[in-house]
Amino acid sequence: MHIRGEGEGEGEGEGEMQTLRQLTPYVKEALQQTLRVTKFFCFLHVTNTYICTFAWGMGPSMLPTINLYGNLLLAERISTRLGKVGPGDVVLVRSPENPRQIVTKRVKGGEGDSVTYLVNPKNSDEEKTVIVPKGHVWIEGDNKYNTKDSRKFGPIPYALLQGRVFCVLWPPEDFKSIGKDIQ
Amino acid sequence: MATPNFLFGLAKKCFTVGLINLTVSDRYVSLIAIRGSSMSPTFNPHEKKSAAFFMDDYALVEKFCLEKYKFSSGDVVVFRSPSNHKQKNVKRITALPGDWVNISSSHDVVMIPEGHCWVEGDNPACSMDSRSFGPIPLGLVCGRVTHVLWPPHRVGKVDRKVTAERFSF
Repeated sequence: MHIRGEGEGEGEGEGEMQTLRQLTPYVKEALQQTLRVTKFFCFLHVTNTYICTFAWGMGPSMLPTINLYGNLLLAERISTRLGKVGPGDVVLVRSPENPRQIVTKRVKGGEGDSVTYLVNPKNSDEEKTVIVPKGHVWIEGDNKYNTKDSRKFGPIPYALLQGRVFCVLWPPEDFKSIGKDIQ
Repeated sequence: MATPNFLFGLAKKCFTVGLINLTVSDRYVSLIAIRGSSMSPTFNPHEKKSAAFFMDDYALVEKFCLEKYKFSSGDVVVFRSPSNHKQKNVKRITALPGDWVNISSSHDVVMIPEGHCWVEGDNPACSMDSRSFGPIPLGLVCGRVTHVLWPPHRVGKVDRKVTAERFSF
């Protein structure tokens, strides 16, 4: 309303104002759409970081729980955040050797537990026992002959855990839920 | 009655703002309060222990560095404490994978393993850092401190500082 009052005198100004006024609904619409898309992405991000996430697990280290050729896994983030992850859980871990990589392993011991492990399962029966320090966890692969885990790099800080795997989704013949498995 | 509708709208708005806020602080930038004197004189240079929250320094943390985990020595980073996953610490990276570190207390020289870094506070007198818990995995890092935002008279960039004598042995 105010704009019209100002532009009344000059013809050119009025024309510009007119086009502006015509454009206003489109600009509004565009802004609304952008906001909607932003909200959607934010919602996705929050669900993915705080509630649950998908992960693609592959490789020989978690045989027979996870396939050699790749499985789509479903992992939840709540129990890692609350500190409820204990021995037997399959977890997603940010690799201590390469922070860009996320690996799947099984927790064998929480803080204060003593863990006995085979130093070199391929060649000898030599066993070692360690006590997991405060705030750390001991992780191992299910396939102990072909895995890089705490036997190589020692206990890892709990903060590196990214989620607890509770379900294998794909391929359909492998569909199962994964729970605690203490050997 | 328009009140329930109004309340519903308000709740929805709060929810949206919360979502956007959380996303931005997770992925792009966030704000943290820095407590304690382990990083003095970079942060909290005053000597007295202050209880009031407005006496702490507030700093801007950028998260873009988490895409590639590329850091250089001298960066001030926020990382989760290796002994307590709920606690975050602010320290300066002094050595990266492949570097050699001279531990002054025991005269040992340690090589930083792959994917780890060595963090130290600027105030060696009272700082819990790699000198007590060893090198930490880079995966614990959750942001790089770039600017001081509060108090007003010290607003500015946080410098990258390299202490050269660490590497000589």
